Amino acid sequence: MPKGNPSTVRDSAAAGRAPGRRVDVGRVLVCAVLSVFALVVLVPLVATVLGGFKTLGDLRVNPLGLPSTWVWSNYGDILLSADYWVMLRNSLVVAFLAVVFTILVASMAAFAFSQLRFFGSKFLLGYVVMGLMFPTATAILPLFILIRDLGLMDSHIGLVLPKVAGGISVAVVLFANYFRNLPGELFDAAFVDGCGYFRFYWEIVLPLSGPIIATVAIINFVASWNTYFLPMVLLSTPELFTWPLGLMDYTDERGSDWQMICAFVTLTMLPMIVVFLAAQRHVISGLTSGAVKS
Amino acid sequence: MKTAVTGPLSPGIPQRSTLALVTLFLCPGLLIYTVFMVWPVAQAAMFSFFDWNGFGWPADFTGLRNFVSVLNDPLFWKAFGNNLYLIVFMMATVVPVALGLSVVIARRIPFAITFRLIFFLPYVLADLTAGLIWRYLLDGDYGMLSGVSLFGLDEAYVLANPQLALTAVAVVMVWKSFGFHLILFVAGLQQIDHSLYEAAEIDGAGPFQKLTRITIPLLAPTIALSGFFVVISSIQAFDMIMAMTTGGPSRSTSTMVHYLYADGIASMRIGFGSAIGVVIFFITLAFSATYRKLSGRYA
Repeated sequence: MPKGNPSTVRDSAAAGRAPGRRVDVGRVLVCAVLSVFALVVLVPLVATVLGGFKTLGDLRVNPLGLPSTWVWSNYGDILLSADYWVMLRNSLVVAFLAVVFTILVASMAAFAFSQLRFFGSKFLLGYVVMGLMFPTATAILPLFILIRDLGLMDSHIGLVLPKVAGGISVAVVLFANYFRNLPGELFDAAFVDGCGYFRFYWEIVLPLSGPIIATVAIINFVASWNTYFLPMVLLSTPELFTWPLGLMDYTDERGSDWQMICAFVTLTMLPMIVVFLAAQRHVISGLTSGAVKS
Repeated sequence: MKTAVTGPLSPGIPQRSTLALVTLFLCPGLLIYTVFMVWPVAQAAMFSFFDWNGFGWPADFTGLRNFVSVLNDPLFWKAFGNNLYLIVFMMATVVPVALGLSVVIARRIPFAITFRLIFFLPYVLADLTAGLIWRYLLDGDYGMLSGVSLFGLDEAYVLANPQLALTAVAVVMVWKSFGFHLILFVAGLQQIDHSLYEAAEIDGAGPFQKLTRITIPLLAPTIALSGFFVVISSIQAFDMIMAMTTGGPSRSTSTMVHYLYADGIASMRIGFGSAIGVVIFFITLAFSATYRKLSGRYA
């Protein structure tokens, strides 16, 4: 049997026919099992999206079916409220800053670890990698005190800095692995031409690091976008809330107005689903390879 | 190792500037990491010896009393037990399900990419989102079980039932993460040399033998890795708990991080909360070290 490469799905029909009928039965069974799992994943999501189009009464008698009448005002009310857009903007600002800072400082550190020989480099690399073992929960109370004493309480930058610190370890490991595998001729050529280290890093190494920058960006974007514990402890002004805080507040306020909660959940998960569908291959490989290599 | 260019004596760069370069490249990252990650963890260790409400400077040194309080608190052991339950439940479900599906999906089946995409989808959602979706679906009045009689109960208020709530949380954690583990296994399967299967077929091995004698032994490192992620993510469980049950009913879904939140942060007991954080740190360390040692024997 040839290697199971998903990119060759198209000739699967031909391959399946050859061994005869029994294999076809097996394939049907396999597809049935996979379809069941796919339904288990999709039904809750679709039910939530549709729930946002229902009235509460409709939701109660008909949780999984199509709305008996399509109510657009649930979604409309949220989309027309300023709070929703402020929340998304706040999350986007925090995630964007966290991603940019992490890429910048981690790639620079990784460049030093992989391209410069200096006393204590092994020790320092070990010191950075050590961060992979620290649970956020352990650091959260002292972080609260620290951020407060620095006067960064209730600010986006006070949230971004711990996020960057938490993302550095994985990012340095990923960048350093990647930089070590760049071809050595690059370095020779650049230095013969009299290129300095900083220009070399900025004008040659970084532009060649697209794939690994994308991976680090995806890992940290998803982590920042979805983060809840840290902003819950560090932010208190509703105008600064990121969407997870806004979502929890909205849920508390609305009690069992599930049609509104469904609409709100849908609108807050939509951006991530769009990103995922637009860059599916990068997201899947980024999130898994990031986890494996660290 | 490209000694010619990695050394401090690279063409064009005088030796004395190496230190300056290293400082320039390393400092921003090391500074942020030290101040906002290492320092807070070290401070947690320090604060845990004090009784402190967070104002002024910790002065009331109490030695190990905070740790004694944590370890004597039935609520902590309740949370710890719940974490253990999550680990065992996830191990027994996520790993076999993801492994089984990956073997199936690696065969030439139609829509393989679409299936992988669907399975991975919940993993990119926030724990909070997944938790709220299922809190709605499991709601006894409005969710998918409303009006359904389950286990002899009139209405199925799953999340209000101390016997069922934790399992419900565990199921949602499985729902959210099995696609991630599936991708791990698909990647692992691609590493296996296909001539092994051909050789086994010539020797008359059936599909079951190929699975137990080739696939599973050769996937052992991936299985170990997948289990490792299960352990870590189960120990850290918090967001999903907050979205689904906020630890209730009567702490039946409280985890260690939730305990830290409810009994340390919410009441601003910095010393006590830090002690919980330190305990969580050592438990995480102990679990991952033990797990690595155990799985190292097979991987």
